[in-house]
Amino acid sequence: MTRAGASDDLLRALAPQVLAALLRRYGASQFDLCEDAVQEALLAAHEQWPGRGHPDDPAAWLITTARRRLIDRIRSEKRRRDREATQASLAHPLEQHAAGAIDDSVQLLRLCCHPALSPPAQVALTLRAVGGLTTAQIAHAYLLPEATVAQRITRAKARIREAGAAFPAPTDAEDRITPVLTVLYLMFNEGHTATAGPAVHDVELSGEAIRLARMVCADLPGHGEASGLLALMLLTDARRPARTTGHGALIPLDEQDRSLWNRATIHEGVAILERTLPGRHPSPYLLQASIAALHDEASSTAETDWPQILILYKLLEQETGNPVVTLNRAVAESMVHGPAAGLAIVDGLFDRGLPADPHRVLAVRAHLLEQIGEREAAVDAYRSASRATASLPERDYLLARARKLTAG
Amino acid sequence: MKYLILMQVDPAVLESLSAEDSQAIGEGHQSFIEQTTASGEMLSTHALGDPSQTTTIRGTGGKPEVIDGPFAETKEFMGGYYLIDVESKERALELAQLIPDAGIRGLALEIRPVMFSAGANM
Repeated sequence: MTRAGASDDLLRALAPQVLAALLRRYGASQFDLCEDAVQEALLAAHEQWPGRGHPDDPAAWLITTARRRLIDRIRSEKRRRDREATQASLAHPLEQHAAGAIDDSVQLLRLCCHPALSPPAQVALTLRAVGGLTTAQIAHAYLLPEATVAQRITRAKARIREAGAAFPAPTDAEDRITPVLTVLYLMFNEGHTATAGPAVHDVELSGEAIRLARMVCADLPGHGEASGLLALMLLTDARRPARTTGHGALIPLDEQDRSLWNRATIHEGVAILERTLPGRHPSPYLLQASIAALHDEASSTAETDWPQILILYKLLEQETGNPVVTLNRAVAESMVHGPAAGLAIVDGLFDRGLPADPHRVLAVRAHLLEQIGEREAAVDAYRSASRATASLPERDYLLARARKLTAG
Repeated sequence: MKYLILMQVDPAVLESLSAEDSQAIGEGHQSFIEQTTASGEMLSTHALGDPSQTTTIRGTGGKPEVIDGPFAETKEFMGGYYLIDVESKERALELAQLIPDAGIRGLALEIRPVMFSAGANM
């Protein structure tokens, strides 16, 4: 079931507040029932508001409706002894708007990113409980059957209950935000690259990740990595209009029409960096955002500040030790010191054993071989890379590069 | 990540199984389906009819040829498949080894990544 129209945005913005109000009252041990009740209230609002108009206080209406549904549910589940105590507390009125809307959402994010859950479960639960998306919408975004997603959400909620999670979570350290940022990053990337399937990006998921990252930043304005992640998302998303052809084929960065890049989004991302970077340790998301900003501010590949990008990738490599970063450093190295220098780094990666996603390494290797003029080796590498990728647009792009070399 | 687990079967091997083994396989599949459905990893599964029931439409460049029987003359045929969605390839391999076919000499499972999905119930 889909919700559309102006009330959709309002309902989705209110969803986490309503859930937070129920959780504060009944505890995270009732997370599954509370979340179901909120979904039912959202559905009721969707059905009733268009005909009757919005209530004066939409949040209060939703909380009251959700609470009634919750009471119905708990009464029909009398067999569960651990819920009898909750039933006794139902008679008391509910405190409303005890915390701010943003604080509610971030607290909920923390709960949904509970370490007892696997990352895919964290993402699915976040999209539903914090993002206010229906199970059908989430299933559609991930090209999965609705029943599969519904089962994941049910299981995730049960896990949170079993883990004895508290709401709000104890505010011991701000590093509890790290798994939240990871989940938002996964959500954004899934929307941006769509690892499988025909479309290169899915507006819904990356847009949702940006919306949630904005909330986290509003709640934690001084948090370097939260700001860095939001800036990275904005500076990457700004290139979306130039990233594919009308038919969904991939266009590499150096061939993109940069006049299509979204200037307002780039300005916003750069402004976040300018506010956040001074005097701060260059942490991974801030470094990646800084690299994205250097690309976004250049008028062409040739005009790009590659020496600066190379320095940033070296710092990022020291911070993370991630072979994907090493691969990106190889590209920067080739732009500064020539393709042979880049190729040496790529071959070094092969010597250390193939990384988890060999198609990227093979694709970069193919590009560098092409630049050096090793035409046959480049064709082989493009074809190997095309066989290794699970993305159709990527496969088509790599095969087209190979065809271009064999034709010329 | 979606993976297709193809069950490669040799009808001769299946025919030579004892009644107990045959029943154990059926129960093994049932419990595999229950487990992966509960974990939210199962997308769908189908078992195919006997290879002798195959019709092949062979491209010729002009009017296609319609032939009774399978495309390739082999002992092993795709007997059915599981379509799963898992966190990693390692998890796909781990799950595939829970399928009872993995315990029977002469049968095999092939695990392939999925590149494209469409349809009413993907």
